[in-house]
Amino acid sequence: MRAGLTILFLGILASLPLWLDNAYLLHVLIVTGIFIVAAMSLNLLLGYAGQLSLGHVAFFGIGAYASALVSLGFKLSFPFEIVVEAKPVWLAMLIGMVAAGLAGWFIGRIAFRVRGAYFVIVSISFVEVVRLVAVNWVELTQGPMALNNIPPLAVGDFVFYKKPENYWLVLGVAIVCYILIRRLVYSRAGRAMVALAENEPLATSVGIDVTRYLVLAAVVSAAMAGAAGALYAHYVRIVDPDVFLFIYTVTMVIMVITGGKGTLAGPIVGGLIFGLLPEGLRAMAFAPEAQWIVYGVLMVLVVYFLPRGIVPALQRK
Amino acid sequence: MDELLQHCLNALMLGGTYALLGIGLTLIFGIMKVVNFTHGELYAFGAYMMYALVMVLGANFFVALPLAIALGVALGALLQFVLLRRLHSADIDTTMLVMIGAWIALQNAEQLAWTGVAKSIASPFPAAPLVIGPVSVAWNRVFVFFIALILIGATYLLINQTKLGRAMRATFQDRDTAALMGVRIGNIHTATFALGSGLAAAAGALLGPVFVAYPSMGDLAAAKAFAVVILGGLGSIPGATIGGFILALAEELGAGYVSSGYRDAMGFLLIIVILLFRPTGLFARKERIG
Repeated sequence: MRAGLTILFLGILASLPLWLDNAYLLHVLIVTGIFIVAAMSLNLLLGYAGQLSLGHVAFFGIGAYASALVSLGFKLSFPFEIVVEAKPVWLAMLIGMVAAGLAGWFIGRIAFRVRGAYFVIVSISFVEVVRLVAVNWVELTQGPMALNNIPPLAVGDFVFYKKPENYWLVLGVAIVCYILIRRLVYSRAGRAMVALAENEPLATSVGIDVTRYLVLAAVVSAAMAGAAGALYAHYVRIVDPDVFLFIYTVTMVIMVITGGKGTLAGPIVGGLIFGLLPEGLRAMAFAPEAQWIVYGVLMVLVVYFLPRGIVPALQRK
Repeated sequence: MDELLQHCLNALMLGGTYALLGIGLTLIFGIMKVVNFTHGELYAFGAYMMYALVMVLGANFFVALPLAIALGVALGALLQFVLLRRLHSADIDTTMLVMIGAWIALQNAEQLAWTGVAKSIASPFPAAPLVIGPVSVAWNRVFVFFIALILIGATYLLINQTKLGRAMRATFQDRDTAALMGVRIGNIHTATFALGSGLAAAAGALLGPVFVAYPSMGDLAAAKAFAVVILGGLGSIPGATIGGFILALAEELGAGYVSSGYRDAMGFLLIIVILLFRPTGLFARKERIG
């Protein structure tokens, strides 16, 4: 029954560009898919390892910037002379992932010294510092002028220009990420993370190395968010410092929480709802602000009535 | 040397409002365990109320100021009553998400009501600055500084000298025991949230006329309030007061001697450094407030 539903769901998703003749809606789905990948990566930290990171968009943005820069090539004169020639896009995307993973390792080492509200505020501070660097380091990032003309992904002679192929690319990456997270969560390391989230002193007392597993979660999560960022950069083909805005982190957090943190399907369900909701509201609302007011109110209502998320609420029945 | 003096004076003037913002946030966190994401919106609300009272209704500046603060107190009490009253036993992540939702709704409501165009608010102070030897400072900044000091002092007195303040401190130390001693926790939470919101609105009402009022002005203010609170340690009022001045000094010196583009990054760098070496903030006292 469940396997049948999964195959049906995947079949509908995979065949969608064949029967959906609406380029705009397809675009919305691609962007939503990219955010679902980012939300899945956040779920690893927030849902399984139990750390509310409100700086997750930093890794998304670092992945986007690193991948875009490597694929465009860049010159630097400060702090040292360096010239990077333009590299193929697939290599750039891998480098973007590695850069985001390294950032995750670095900030994980620092931020996991503290917990709770302190951790939340450190994670927000981190993303603000990164955003201000992106605005001010004009030589590297072009600052607010943005990185333009980012090349799309190309494999051999095939270029991912059009929407359907980009849609399938994002869908493929999302499925790979889903399988990776599933494998990680059901592994020894995944059980250690859940144990930490449930009761940290108890987990420590049976010999689980807290920092090691939290940093592992942060690195995997950051690299995955970086992959989402790289997909984003080579799909919309422009990156500016606004990718670091707090509202994107909020979007990811809402997707995870409303879907159900710590469930594999949660970010997908929440992601589809909150990815498509602004578009649905836009059609009805008389002003763009009204759309976001409804969005905020809905968020409050979901937290009130489904505090553990939609997926756990459905599973209980 | 004169330049350094001027930077220090600017920091002193700015620090008062940062402290106001930080005290409001630290009180709400300390007593209610709520990370208040609507704090910046209350700040913006204060500024917009000044605009509405002074520029639209034509009220006197000095009458409008206490009115704007009172409206901020009322909005805070309303938010606590509608959103947080039933969440008193929810975990910190849940309340945080509710506050994020409220923040998005409030900010867009502000934009809907006042449009995205920045509003300037006329202030009755002379344009010529006050010159003291080698340094100078605008009259409206001096006014802001002294009002901020008065409000900080009044908050101290309220927390340390009144019956309500004693109940607040008791709730901070141990909510359950305070409830057993007959403290009405719900009322204390409403009072705390209203007070914290009032302080944020006061900061907005004071700084709105110095700068301009615009819908997203609260975001940066909230970010700075968080920085101040972390610097001082969550739940510590003296910490938030000193933290406000430290943040202002770091920003002034950073903007003056490093790069003005990184002015707003100083607070965040300071947070990261402080948490590396003193994870509980500079002045954290786990067992006390006030």
